[in-house]
Amino acid sequence: MTLPPYALVLGLRIESDTDADGPPVLVMPFSEDVLGRPGFVHGGALGGLLEMAAIAALQQALAEEGGGRIKPINVTVDFMRGGREKETRAVGIVTRLGTRVANVEAVAWQDDRIKPIASARMNYLIVRPG
Amino acid sequence: MPDLPFPFDPARLFAHAGGHSGRLGIGYRAHGPDWAELALPYRAELVGDVETGVLASGPILSMMDMATSMAIWLKLGGLRPQATLDLRIDYLRPATPGKTVIGRGECYRITRAIAFIRGQAHDGDPDDPLAHVSGTYMFLEAQP
Repeated sequence: MTLPPYALVLGLRIESDTDADGPPVLVMPFSEDVLGRPGFVHGGALGGLLEMAAIAALQQALAEEGGGRIKPINVTVDFMRGGREKETRAVGIVTRLGTRVANVEAVAWQDDRIKPIASARMNYLIVRPG
Repeated sequence: MPDLPFPFDPARLFAHAGGHSGRLGIGYRAHGPDWAELALPYRAELVGDVETGVLASGPILSMMDMATSMAIWLKLGGLRPQATLDLRIDYLRPATPGKTVIGRGECYRITRAIAFIRGQAHDGDPDDPLAHVSGTYMFLEAQP
């Protein structure tokens, strides 16, 4: 998969040892470009990372069914912990892929995957070809 | 609300553009007693879909997070450390490629622990919004 220009502004890359069968894990390095208040990752950058992880998971799931266009309907982000000056990882989980709508979740963490710093729920409109 | 020791000047916040907001090119536009308005100029590098040229939703989310956060400090009358608890954004329509997106955040209720916010984004006509947000912030220091 190819990441859009905005993902490059966040400095995102796909984790190289991502499980080939599972959804891709995205990595966002810490930099001045994602800095919010001093010492912490900006909440908007975390939201953007979660959205990218959700879209990546959804694109992968959709590709197995012949592809389609994805349009965001909404996203709700919950912030659990401040993101510190280190790498942040995120992965999306497609909870339901319907004919017209998909429900997707995403979670972001730093040191420990079971201690998320932020999570999100998204609804997407799916436009399938033909 | 009592006067806080650190006054908040929303225009000055963007005078030295750095960090995430500087990278996205977000700028100050206007403010009132409980609201702040920011602008996100269109940039090709912020595109989320290269086929259509439509901006990614992330930069709009970032701008609305900042505008609503500033609205709280304006309603408080000064700076108080806070963190976003949750933020929901409804994408009413795609942003028009090439147009600056304007985001207005409003704080409509403050309690000792929590601030409640809402806001809208548009790209020229406030009556034709492209996004709607609502959310909550928590104050990091306990209030008496």
